[in-house]
Amino acid sequence: MPQLSRRAALALGAGGAALTLTGWNGRAFAAAKEAADDIAKFTGGKAAEKAKVTIELPEIAENGNTVPLMVSVDAPMTADNYVSEILVVADGNPNPGVATFHFSPMSGKAEASTRIRLATTQNIIVVAKTNKGEVFTGQKQVKVTIGGCGG
Amino acid sequence: MAEKPRLKLPKEAKKGEIIEIKTLMPHIMESGQRKDKDGKAIPRKIINKFTAEFNGKPVFSANLEPAIAANPYLQFSAKLEESGTFKFTWTDDDGSVITAEETITVS
Repeated sequence: MPQLSRRAALALGAGGAALTLTGWNGRAFAAAKEAADDIAKFTGGKAAEKAKVTIELPEIAENGNTVPLMVSVDAPMTADNYVSEILVVADGNPNPGVATFHFSPMSGKAEASTRIRLATTQNIIVVAKTNKGEVFTGQKQVKVTIGGCGG
Repeated sequence: MAEKPRLKLPKEAKKGEIIEIKTLMPHIMESGQRKDKDGKAIPRKIINKFTAEFNGKPVFSANLEPAIAANPYLQFSAKLEESGTFKFTWTDDDGSVITAEETITVS
C-alpha cells in the first residue's frame, strides 16, 4: 500500500473533522443502525411490504415523556390468517426498541395502543409478521419539542 | 411492586363481538437513562412483559422496553365466543409478577 503523503494524511484528518463539524451526528447514526438491526432480527432478513400498517401518532409531540401511539394492521385475524407479532422501533432513541406486541385470532383486531417516550424528532417504524410468514411495514415521523429520556 | 392495575373492559359482550380492553399499571418505568444528583446512572427497572389470557388461551401480550412511558398504558382488543375469565399479568425486571382477573359474560 503506497505511503500516504503527509499532506494527504492531513487532508484526510481534516476531512474527518469537517464531517463531525458539519453535524453528522454519530449517535443518531448509531440509533438508526441499531433500529435496522432490530428489524432484521425480527424479520429474519425477509423484505417487508410497505402496506397494511397504520400508525397513529401526533405530528408534534409537546412532551417526549409521554406520546400516545396506536398501531394497527389490516388483517382478517382468522385462525388461518392473522398477524402474530408487531415490532415497534424508534430510530432516534438511545435504545431503539419500543415494544413487541403478540396477537392471536382471539385478538379480533391486530391493533394496540400505548404511550411511549421519545428523545428527539425521529421515525417510528412498525413491522408486522403474519402466521403465513408475510411481513408488512410502515413508518411515521414525529417531531419532538421536549425530549423525554430524562437526560 | 405492590401497585394495583386499573382495568376497563365490559362485563358483558356478544359472541363474536370485538371488545376493547384498557389497562394501566402504576409503575415508574425507570429507563436507566436518568442520572442521580451525583451523576450516576439510575438503574433500569421497568415492567418488561404484559400478558392477557382468556380461559387460559393467549389473547394479547407485549414485551416492553424502557421507551414505554411511566404508568404503562396498554389497550388492545378481544373477540370472545364464550363466557369466562380474563387473566392479566405484569412482570417487573426484578421478576415479580402482578396479576389481575376479570370475568365477562358472553351471550
